[in-house]
Formats: sequence, structure tokens, C-alpha cells
Amino acid sequence: MSNTTMKNTAMKILILAEHDGKQLSPAVYQAVTAAQFWNAPVEVLIAGSNTSALAAQATTITGVGRVIHTDAAHLTHQLAEDVANIIVQIAGEYQVILAAHSSFSRNILPRVAALLDVAMISDVLEIKADHTYVRSVYAGNIHTTIQSMDALQILTVHSSNFTAARNADANAEIVSIEAPEPFANTRWVSETRSLSNRPALGSAKVVISGGRSLGSAERFEELLSPLASKLGAALGATRAAVDAGFAPNDIQVGQTGVVVAPDLYIAVGVSGAVQHTYGMKDSKVVVAINQDPDAPIFQVADYGLVADLFEAIPELTNAI
Amino acid sequence: MKVLVAVKRVVDYNIKVRIKPDGSDVDINGVNMGVNPFDENAIEAALRLKEQGIATEIVAVSLGTSANQDVLRHALAMGADRAILVESDLTLQALGVAKLLKAVVLREQPQLIILGKQAIDDDAGQTGQMLAALLNYPQATFASAIQVDGNTISVTREVDGGTETLALNLPAVVTADLRLNEPRFVKLPNLMMARKKPIETIDAAEFAVNAEPRLKLIKVSEPSARKAGIKVGSVSELLSKLREHQGIKL
Ligand SMILES: Cc1cc2nc3c(=O)[nH]c(=O)nc-3n(C[C@H](O)[C@H](O)[C@H](O)COP(=O)(O)OP(=O)(O)OC[C@H]3O[C@@H](n4cnc5c(N)ncnc54)[C@H](O)[C@@H]3O)c2cc1C
Ligand SMILES: Nc1ncnc2c1ncn2[C@@H]1O[C@H](COP(=O)(O)O)[C@@H](O)[C@H]1O
Repeated sequence: MSNTTMKNTAMKILILAEHDGKQLSPAVYQAVTAAQFWNAPVEVLIAGSNTSALAAQATTITGVGRVIHTDAAHLTHQLAEDVANIIVQIAGEYQVILAAHSSFSRNILPRVAALLDVAMISDVLEIKADHTYVRSVYAGNIHTTIQSMDALQILTVHSSNFTAARNADANAEIVSIEAPEPFANTRWVSETRSLSNRPALGSAKVVISGGRSLGSAERFEELLSPLASKLGAALGATRAAVDAGFAPNDIQVGQTGVVVAPDLYIAVGVSGAVQHTYGMKDSKVVVAINQDPDAPIFQVADYGLVADLFEAIPELTNAI
Repeated sequence: MKVLVAVKRVVDYNIKVRIKPDGSDVDINGVNMGVNPFDENAIEAALRLKEQGIATEIVAVSLGTSANQDVLRHALAMGADRAILVESDLTLQALGVAKLLKAVVLREQPQLIILGKQAIDDDAGQTGQMLAALLNYPQATFASAIQVDGNTISVTREVDGGTETLALNLPAVVTADLRLNEPRFVKLPNLMMARKKPIETIDAAEFAVNAEPRLKLIKVSEPSARKAGIKVGSVSELLSKLREHQGIKL
């Protein structure tokens, strides 16, 4: 149970860092801020192959005391089985293991938790006290406050609720550790990466999302791209648009997609189902353009424009 | 090849759940319940493997109270061959579910276990990965395509930034994303026929695993909702409103 009697000097926190081999995910910086809650040394794990530059980058995050670096050819694709085994090997030193909530950490940390017999807490919105967290259930409709009974805490945090830690001069030391043997029964085969010169959806300042009403992949692109270029925006989509093949799966915003919280979110022909609004309701300013005045999206929009998107979007693009 | 599918009973996704007046928990009394949507994708994936002649038997498993029979009937009506209800009065959480499912797996010895990628009530998204860990099996989460070839399954996963394809040696654990398939509708005659298929009930206590909850619910609350703003009459009005906000450059 929680140790409130004294400050445990041995208490340390481990952050599992997401990266693509070249760059740390911006969410790592937000996870570091979340970890400051405990007032304890924060260490960052970088697992991969040829990742010395990444380890060096991690030493410059304010608040990081040590970087644990494990580099091996078989870690190129960071399979859950392999990364989990690394964490389990060093877990004894930590009281908290956390990561930013993403498809990367969601794949790995539950595996770690089960191997260590710990109940994991997903997508923490707020750290209330040591062992006590707020998280949402039912697609964001309900918030729950829960208390963990485990000594070790394993959690992912809702990055947009935490400000990013800053960069400083390299302060942290780098410690290299050996990776355990590769897990034999999983083989990486291939990947497809969406190529886009737009900003990353998760960290973009402006996001424009299109719904099913765009009608086709061509029209989705034709209509929303020029506006996105003018605004330096990332494109998002509803599940209906993704399922219809108008947009790639990795730009789906919502309960089962990406959660975004940009300065400006423009929902274009989006009805506003709770599964969608879950992923955008923390945006600073929301604009909705929909021809149905009763569309639920207007209930979460600061500015609603009842209009045919095929007229309104070109007009908006031209006016900027 | 035997395929095991995990089926959770959850509040229908169209329903906006409310909390009890004292804020102690959500109030799901009398609310419409059904199969977790992702688990329908899991069942559908198993059915297609059977139609391809790869799967020979599909076993649906649900953990909870006797009320869970309805979701198992639904799985049977979709085409599962038999069903197992692991009965427990505990508040089941992902780790406990994974431990109980492991016990079922050891008994049934399936080659493939398919779960949903997340339950739409707790939104945990953990059970499949935990089960794979406890069994020391390979895992492929968020599957949008699967293909079984002899002793391996190739799985395309939806990840941030694109997709990834893995090949797993069986036995393995896969969790289904919504784009894995379009689950079939259940026809009334099938629902009638499903009544004749067996549901075996096992008392969770028989498995001698500790599935006690480790996360204590302190309270629930409704998040402060975003306030609806104003309707603007034109694109130019929209622009002038937006330009009043600092930090938004248009
Ligand atoms: C388990 C589960 C998880 C889900 N997860 C997600 C998720 O993560 N993200 C997500 O987005 N959805 C998710 N969904 C789906 C969600 O419930 C909705 O079905 C979906 O968001 C609807 O997408 P849409 O708004 O594009 O389509 P629709 O609901 O069909 O809405 C189209 C809108 O476009 C408007 N429109 C049509 N023509 C025009 C025009 N010419 N000009 C202006 N407006 C126009 C209409 O008035 C309507 O409001 C999930 C569903 C389930 C069951
Ligand atoms: N009580 C349960 N009975 C059967 N399957 C379950 C149960 N709880 C979770 N699962 C399975 O685990 C998946 C993920 O659930 P969760 O980890 O709770 O988000 C679900 O989609 C189900 O396939």
C-alpha cells in the first residue's frame, strides 16, 4: 500500500519512451511531467537498435536523472514481447512504471503488468495522490477515481493533460544494459507508414477532421488538403470516413483512435458521436460545419456553421 | 484448429450511462446490454477461419454472472459451436479476467485466442496482452487483418502512424480492432437454434486463481461537459470570431 509515512529515498520512476528510431515521441516529454508528481528520480528507458542519438536526446529532458539504454538488433521493431522482458528484468528498482498512452505503450505495458502481477491503470487523466488516479470510462462519459492496491504502479497517462517538459543541457547519465534473448515466437514482417508532410496529428496546433459526408477519398483530399496547407493543420477523420476508405486508419480521432487537443479543431461534416468527441473534446476552440442544425457536434462546438461543407470549405480556404 | 473467443457483456454503445445519485458507481440497472463491439469482430474473425476450413471448433467464453448467458447465446447464434460461462460475483478487472481466461485456455488448449482490443465500458485495453503474458504466448494487438498459414498466423496491426504486420507461431493471442471485419447480423432462426447449443457453466472458484480486484473504486463523476457555443451565420463571421482568439492565426 501507499507509503505515506516517509519519503522513500530509494523510490524511482521509469518511463518507457516511444520513438521511431530517429525521434523521441513528443509525448515522452509529457510523460516526464506526469512523473514529477512523485518527487522522485525519473529514469527513461530507450529500447531499440542504433539508438545512441536517441538516448543522448533523452538526457536533455528537464527532470530526467538517468537514461537506461538497451540497444540490440532484434529491438529494431520494439516487439511487445521483447520490450516487456527488458522492463521486467529491471522493474525491481522502480515503484512506478509509466508511459504516454498510445498504441505503442498500450501494446507493451499490459504485458509487463501481467508478468509482474500488477493491475495496470490505462490512460490516467489526473494523478490525485500516490496510488490514486482519475481516468475515464464509457468513452469519456464518466470519470472514475480509483486507488491501486499494488506496491508497484504501472500506468499510461493521457498526454494532453500534462504539459511537456522542457529541454535543458544534457544532465542525465546514460546506463547501458543488455537486452534479454529475443522472444522466439514472434517475427516482424513489414510495416506501412502514412507519408505526409503535415504536422503529426497528436501534436498539431490545428486539426481538421472530415466525416463520412465527404463522400470519397478524392473529395476528402481535394476539399480538406488546401485548407490544411493554409492552416498548417493535421488531418483527422471519423471512423465512418476511415471505414469507407476515405482516410487512413491512423488518422481516426476518437475512443478507438487518436486523442487530440489542438488549439483549433475544425469538424467538417462530422455528426459528433460520443466515440468521436472523446477524441477531441479537450481542444481549445472547436468549429463545426454541418448542414444539420441539430447535429450533436454543435453541442461541443464554440462556433457552429450550418452549411453545406462543399460550399463552406472552399469559401473558408479562399478567405484565409 | 480450435479457436477460443472472449466475449464481454457491456452496456450498449448507444446508451449514455448515468451515475448513481450518491456517486458511488455508474447506474446500469435496467440498461440495454450486449456483446462488446470488438468481441463481435473477434467472433466474426473466428467464423471466417471456420468457413475457410482452418478453424474446426469455436468456443466462446464469457466471465461474469449468469446474466452473461445472453451474450454467449448471441455468439452461438452468430455461429460459435459451444460456450463457456465462468461464473463469478467479483468485480472483474483485466488482470483477474486474464488469469481466469488462462485457466480456461489450459483446459481447452486452443491454438488461437481472439479477444476484443478493448471493452467499451472500462476502456482498459489490457486483457489480451495480459493473457498472452501469463501464457508466455506471442501477441498481436489491434488486428485489422489476419491470415492463418499452417502453424503461423500473420496479423496486420493498426498502430499510430500506419500499420504493422507480424507473424506469430501458434498458439497465439490476437486482439481485434473494428476494421478486422464487418460482423454478421444474427437471424432469428439462428437465435432459436442457438438455444439448443450447450453453455457450460464453471464456477470461477474451481480454477483456484486469485481474481480479486486490485483497483478500488473511490468514486465516479460526470466530467464537466464542453459548453455549446454560438452559431455563426457565414464563413466571414466565423473567421472574424476566430480571429478574436489569441494564438489562432488565420
Ligand atoms: C465501439 C465503437 C467505437 C467507435 N470509435 C470511434 C472513433 O474512435 N472515432 C469515431 O469517429 N467514431 C467511432 N465510432 C463510430 C461513431 O459511433 C460514429 O458512427 C461515427 O463517428 C460517425 O461518423 P461521421 O460523423 O463521419 O458520420 P455520420 O454519423 O454519418 O455523420 C455525417 C454528418 O455529416 C453531415 N453532412 C452530410 N452531408 C453534409 C454536407 N454536404 N455538408 C455538411 N454536413 C453534411 C450530416 O448532417 C451528419 O451529421 C465508434 C463506434 C463504436 C461502436
Ligand atoms: N468479463 C469478460 N468476459 C469475457 N471476455 C472479457 C471480459 N473482460 C474482458 N474480456 C475480453 O478482453 C477484451 C479487452 O477488455 P479490456 O482489457 O477490459 O478492455 C474484451 O474485448 C474481451 O474480449
